Amino acid sequence: MVAFTINGKRASANAAPDTPLLWVIREHLKLTGTKFGCGAGLCGACTVHVDGKAVKSCQTAASDVDGKSIKTIEGLSSDSSHPLQKAWVAEQVPQCGYCQSGQIMKAAELLEKNKNPSRDHIVTHMNGNICRCGTYNRIIAAIQLAAKEA
Amino acid sequence: MTVQKRTEAMDANVGRRGFLKGAGGLTFAVALGGSGISLIGPAEAKAAREISAWVSISPDNLITILTPGAEMGQGSMTGVPTILADELDADWSKVSLEWAPADAAIYGYENNGSRGMAIVGSRAIKLYYDQMRQAGAQARKILLINAAQKWNVPVAELKTEPSVVVHSPTGRRMTYGEIASFAKIPAAMPAVGKDELKKRSDFRLIGKSVPRYDIPAKVNGSAQFSIDVQVPGMVYASTVHSPVQTGKPVSWNDGKIRAMSGVIDVVQLKTGIAVVADSMEKVLAARDALEVKWKTSTKDEGYDSVKTLTEDYPRIAADPASQKKTLDSKGDDKAAFAGAAKTFKADYRSDYGYHAQMEPLNGVARFNADGTLEVWEGTQAPSRSRQNIAKAMGLTTGQVIHHQQYMGGAFGRRSITDYTVEAAMIARQVKRPVKMIWTREEDVAYGMFRPQAFLCMEAALDAAGKVIGWRQCIVGDGKNLLVSGIKIPYYKVPNQHIEQRGASHNIRLKHWRAVAHPFNLFAHEGFIDEMAAAENMDPLEFRRQRMSMTKKARDVFDKVAEMSDWTTKRPEGRALGLSVSERSGSLGAGVVEISLDRDSGKIRVHKVWVAIDGGTVVQPDAARRNIESGIIYGLSSVLKERATIKNGAVEQSNFHDYEVLRMSETPEELHVAFMDRDTSPTGLGEIGNPFISAAVANAFHKLTGKRLYHMPFTPDRVKAALKA
Repeated sequence: MVAFTINGKRASANAAPDTPLLWVIREHLKLTGTKFGCGAGLCGACTVHVDGKAVKSCQTAASDVDGKSIKTIEGLSSDSSHPLQKAWVAEQVPQCGYCQSGQIMKAAELLEKNKNPSRDHIVTHMNGNICRCGTYNRIIAAIQLAAKEA
Repeated sequence: MTVQKRTEAMDANVGRRGFLKGAGGLTFAVALGGSGISLIGPAEAKAAREISAWVSISPDNLITILTPGAEMGQGSMTGVPTILADELDADWSKVSLEWAPADAAIYGYENNGSRGMAIVGSRAIKLYYDQMRQAGAQARKILLINAAQKWNVPVAELKTEPSVVVHSPTGRRMTYGEIASFAKIPAAMPAVGKDELKKRSDFRLIGKSVPRYDIPAKVNGSAQFSIDVQVPGMVYASTVHSPVQTGKPVSWNDGKIRAMSGVIDVVQLKTGIAVVADSMEKVLAARDALEVKWKTSTKDEGYDSVKTLTEDYPRIAADPASQKKTLDSKGDDKAAFAGAAKTFKADYRSDYGYHAQMEPLNGVARFNADGTLEVWEGTQAPSRSRQNIAKAMGLTTGQVIHHQQYMGGAFGRRSITDYTVEAAMIARQVKRPVKMIWTREEDVAYGMFRPQAFLCMEAALDAAGKVIGWRQCIVGDGKNLLVSGIKIPYYKVPNQHIEQRGASHNIRLKHWRAVAHPFNLFAHEGFIDEMAAAENMDPLEFRRQRMSMTKKARDVFDKVAEMSDWTTKRPEGRALGLSVSERSGSLGAGVVEISLDRDSGKIRVHKVWVAIDGGTVVQPDAARRNIESGIIYGLSSVLKERATIKNGAVEQSNFHDYEVLRMSETPEELHVAFMDRDTSPTGLGEIGNPFISAAVANAFHKLTGKRLYHMPFTPDRVKAALKA
């Protein structure tokens, strides 16, 4: 049994300590916005925040988050009002959309520490997140738009 | 636009129930069935076993349109219904969409005399365009007739504004919802002539851009993919298939697996083993512990793709006795070559390609007490999938209830439903609802690939330097998967001979984005560039003067030359390359600007320009983004992607050894322009990727004087080419 806070609410899961956080979030807690892409920390589709830091939940053991605070895409805002979510819609970023929860969570970490990121800052920060539909330039534009609006 | 609650918007059955409610008390529906349009009234709708509604209008003026546009990111879900909505003159902000049921007899497009729902080959907009316009126009006409009767005025005095009928002489107005509350469907269907369809200048949605319907749900985690589906009492499954894809399981450590925590069952499949457990993490643990002995054939175990491409294919190409099939023949190529002033010859190679859709393949299946099977899957071909699942499970199509979901990428991989059939087989054995998820490693190893290919090109030039003879031979496995894009209808070379020579390796193969275009266009356009260089001509001038180009091709080349400022010299270390592609009726010419890190062998593409003649572009913004996606997909394949098979098994396993393009490798600028045309729409989903292979290779030649003959252009190959 592990216990933590997720999207501001106390939660626990009857999962072994070595269970990847990804499956705890997706299948135990049914928060399916966080995606399974590679299971090996290579694509970033499973990105969530643990105590404010973006982590790949497929590479994070449940025991590592015991007592910590997790934020998933469902908790970024209650009504899609986070500047990044608004910018993602304004720029019509998603194609298939499967990677976009991870992209947005990774980008949210960047905007927390850099209010005006350059293209290079964005690329360096976001390079671990694959978008197979190739929406990268739209992602960059949306992050810059969100930075301006935030 | 209303964004419906996910479960309502995504569940076709809810859609049908919603429609029935509307049909019973509130409104009317327009249906398209058989070979033309027909309407069903409320009574018929109640009685009908299958409700074939395309659109319904409620008294509160909301319009629901069923969309047959399977959504994998390309935007068809939104684009197809905008066509109907435009002719209906619907207020798009009051339109909601629901999935059309998986039944091509009702919801399919007409294609060569049969009906289909497969969203493949960039055909959704192209094939639904006329039908959707007809349906929308007919629904509008019914509204006009009913309004005219109500007001006792001639129909000719009425016009429409979005979701409102207006009687101009008196200024009276009635919303579609108000009309729907009393409207009767006439006994005899009013015909809609071609001249009654909207003129281009009257379009409010076609050629404009509406936001994609699915995007709001894709920024907050609520968009439902099949991997997200939760069914009460559901258990989890994952598979291991034979590394040699044709292998069959002989024995496995069954007792050990069944003794593991949470394991419910071990299921034997035709070419694999599935483990079933009460949680996903326990399934994965059991899958890791699974040890299977496979029965395979010596031939399949011995397959080495690199050796085959290097040694066998050239031999097959050179052997006059090898079996061949002529794909196109014009004029007299033998005479053209015999009398040529000059001839050229070059060989090209292309490796296997993997789809790498971001959502690993998965499916959810549940058998119900009444003998029906429910499946939740993301599929490009819902109607065919439903039929194939029924067939595989020994059921009638009517016994399979199909729930379409968003697809986390597809690229041709999801027009076949092998994964959902497996989910159903597992569910039947364990007698519980099952969510089956392939691991990424499984998705690669048991992938269905774009075939590798060997291509030999020959050309004959007359005394004036004009290309008068053109020959191509392609060697590989996959039959039709090798031939798309192999013909060159935009170059009217008078004497042509194009042929295919087969091979067979028992590797699962499948349509990939634009199928065979990426390697065929690589060979064609690289070869033309090589001739241009040998003739000391600008590559664009060579095409204009020597390749007997069509007017359509000339136009897109001229446009892209203007966009890219083709004739202006680039800074030191940069160079341009040019190419073209035809796909699904569209024609596009493209230019890339590259640089090269000679030490690492890495090519960097900085800018891309594409000019496309796609006829009427229904949703320009979405189309432009889809083409940008194609460019990146193509570029990823050209620079990085390589699947190889050794000892009969795929050597790659995940994104560390099957690398795809990342943000740091993405061109800084992508410029997509459409020619201003009012002809019928043609396909745009795959026009972005085929040209890029040769464009990059040609820019590389411009920069270095060296040629690349084998895609992908990996750093090793680049460095070898520099030394050559």
